[in-house]
This record gives sequence, C-alpha cells and structure tokens, in this order.
Amino acid sequence: MRHDHIISAKQLSRADIEAVLDHAADIAADPAAYADRHADTLLGLLFFEPSTRTKMSFTTAMKRLGGDIVDMGSVESSSVKKGESLADTVRVVEGYADALVLRHPMEGSAKMASEFVDVPLVNAGDGAGQHPTQTLLDLYTIRENAGFDDLTIGIMGDLKYGRTVHSLAHALTNVDAHQHFISPESLRLPRSVRYDLHQEGAEVREHTELESVLPELDVLYVTRIQRERFPDESEYRAVAGQYQIDSETLEAAKDDLTVMHPLPRVDEIAHDVDDTDYATYFEQAHNGVPVRMALLDMILGGEPA
Amino acid sequence: MTDDQQLRVSKIRNGTVIDHITGGQALNVLAILGIDGTSGDSVSVAMNMPSDRLGKKDIVKVEGKELSQNEVDVLSLIAPAASINIVRDFEVVEKARVERPSMVEGVLECPNHNCISTEDEPVQSRFAVVDDGVRCEYCDTIIRDDLPAHILAE
Ligand SMILES: [Zn+2]
Repeated sequence: MRHDHIISAKQLSRADIEAVLDHAADIAADPAAYADRHADTLLGLLFFEPSTRTKMSFTTAMKRLGGDIVDMGSVESSSVKKGESLADTVRVVEGYADALVLRHPMEGSAKMASEFVDVPLVNAGDGAGQHPTQTLLDLYTIRENAGFDDLTIGIMGDLKYGRTVHSLAHALTNVDAHQHFISPESLRLPRSVRYDLHQEGAEVREHTELESVLPELDVLYVTRIQRERFPDESEYRAVAGQYQIDSETLEAAKDDLTVMHPLPRVDEIAHDVDDTDYATYFEQAHNGVPVRMALLDMILGGEPA
Repeated sequence: MTDDQQLRVSKIRNGTVIDHITGGQALNVLAILGIDGTSGDSVSVAMNMPSDRLGKKDIVKVEGKELSQNEVDVLSLIAPAASINIVRDFEVVEKARVERPSMVEGVLECPNHNCISTEDEPVQSRFAVVDDGVRCEYCDTIIRDDLPAHILAE
C-alpha cells in the first residue's frame, strides 16, 4: 500500500479500501497461514486515553501475526504526566517499535505525530476526529453483510461528536452509498463533514426521526448519545429515548436489514434485538481483528497474499 | 485640491501602499498587519474610493513597514485583488499583486481548542485555502468568516 501512516479514512481510495478488505477476508478464511508472518515485529501502543477494546483488538491482531506489543501504559504512570510533548513521546517510542498505534484525546494528534516519526503510525482515534481502523472494520462488515452495490445506509445517534460516524460517512462516498443521517437537531453532522461529503458528490439526507426512512435501509448504523452532551438529565432522556431501537421498531424494516453499532452500547439497542437476524454488532467487533491484521501486515511490508 | 484628494495622494517616504483592497476591508487589513496606530508611524486609510476594477476599493498607506509573506498570504484571503507597492524614498520600488496561496502557515490560530496545533507542540498552525475559507490541516476545522480575528498573537 502507498501509505506509511494511516491517519484518516479520507486518505484511502476505493482501491485501497478494497485491498485491505480483500486481504482481511483472506486472513479471516485462514488465520493460521499468517501466524508467523511478523515473528520479530513489535507494535508500540500509545493510548493517551483509555480504550480497552481498541487496544485489545490491536494487541490480538499483532500477536496473531506472530509479533508482540510494547505498551506505554496509562498516561498517569508515564512521562507525559510530567509535561512531555506528544512530538517528543513518539520520537522516543519509535526507537522501540516497528510501527506505532496512537490514540489521543486531541484532534489532529495522529497527523502531527506522524510528521515526527519514520515508522508507520496508525491513528486509533484522535479526539472527535478520525478513527480509520474502525471505519475499515465497519466497511468490512457492511461489505460482508449488505454489499457495496446500491447500498442505502442510515446512520443514527450522535453525529456531531461521533468520530466513527465522520470517518465512515466519508469512506462511504467511495462506494456511492445513499446516506441518511438521523439525529436530534443539536447533534447533527458538523459543517466540515457536510462540506466534505458535498465536495465528494455524496447523496446525503438528514432526518430527525428514523420512522420514515427505516423501510428503505439495507444497513442501520446506531451510535450512542452521550449524557454529557446535554445540560441536564431530563433533556438527555427526552432526546435519547427517540433514538433507541428494539425488535418492535424493526418490524418496519427490510427482512435483510443489517444493524450495526461500534459498541459499547448502553440502551440504544434493546437486548431483544440481539437474537434477531438483524443484529450484526458482535460480528462487527470481531471483524476488528482480521481487518487490523490485514492493515498491519500491509504497512509492515507484507504483500497481500 | 480638496482635502479629500490631498489625503488620497499624500506620499509616504518609506513603507507600503496597499491598493485595490476590497471595499470596506481596510480596517481588517490593518488588523492583519497588527497596526493600531500606537507605534507613532503615520497610517492613511481611504475607504470606498471609486475604482474601475472593483467598483469601490480601500487604500492603506503605512509608513515604515514592509509586509512579510505571511501577512501577504492572509491579506490575499480578504482582499484577493489587492496590489502591494513598496515605497522607498518616495519611489515605488516594487509592485506586486497578491496571490491566493494554497496554504497559510503559522499565521492563523485554530479556533478548535481541542486541536493539537493549539498545544505546546513543535508545530506551526497550518491551514489549507479552500473554496470558501481556510481549513485546519490538523483537525479539519474550517474558518469562513472573520479571518483577522483568528490571527495568531505575536
Ligand atoms: Zn485545528
């Protein structure tokens, strides 16, 4: 792949995306064939904010490729606490590892960090910015379950702060998906994201309720609305309640609707949906491993098999 | 000669004449140049003068100042038709039109307080010039209006 650093889903062309997904599918079909692929490789994990799930997924992916990880640990116990700049931290850690994975609470952190290192750097989330590996595993899940041809997708919940949403929406312009965005007015897509989608010629519709658009959807991607986005508890409850689904809600959907969620969920998706054929969110989470294996394999110099 | 014309043609010895500023933008130009009159150098401003090319234009004459490339870059964003005349010893020694840059570096501050470029890191702010504003290369925030309000404090 042409890219050393994986910073934003925006940098990935359709061909790049298909190459990663194809490679992930090969790995998922025969993981044992890749078990010694990167035996002497160390992946450096720099997580400046907690994200156990993403960290475990990267760790699993590296170990399944035969390599290992070195972990900065929590910020509290590191030199960052003493006021070290991010630019200094990554320049030190690149000496320990063959590639870096960075999660940081500030937007643009991965982009900036990548300007200071020569080893490949993967953005595992930069504040409200980008989270490209989440996007790739989302795309993988969508392709496996609904396909990219004539795809109609609804993305619902917190569209303002949800970084997974921004990355995904942009990536979906590559496959000319029909995109519907469903959110309360106060949490609609930010202007910069709408601008981008518009520039890419995307077909974008915004809604404040799910009902009217649900029957058209091939995929419904649900995200969490966080309590802290609202001034008080009652306002939060009033709004969030309108963006929760259960098996009854889904009676109006197509039979082959795919319901996704980046997890963890709170109560956006009722547990009675879990046992339906719609539920795809656990499969989606599991797909993080082969997709991250594929990406690591490619940036570490392995050619797609 | 009326007082008005007197002002328009008043010459400066050494400094810069910025002509063909989009009508009404002169005070923003002064803001970009960090000029508030406290330095004691003479500054003339003419606003909404008739112009064949622009309809109405502003003119700024600043004694004792030549513009840096950064200043010219930001200037070009709010006054794309401006011309810059460098004056030495009452003569115009250099005349140039501003050019819209593709990138402005180290001039504007990102309005997103959660953007890494606003932190104490060894990088300059960097904005790509897009159709209707500028866009932070780090966090993607777009500034459309009131660019002078985002100029980095020196
Ligand atoms: Zn920024």
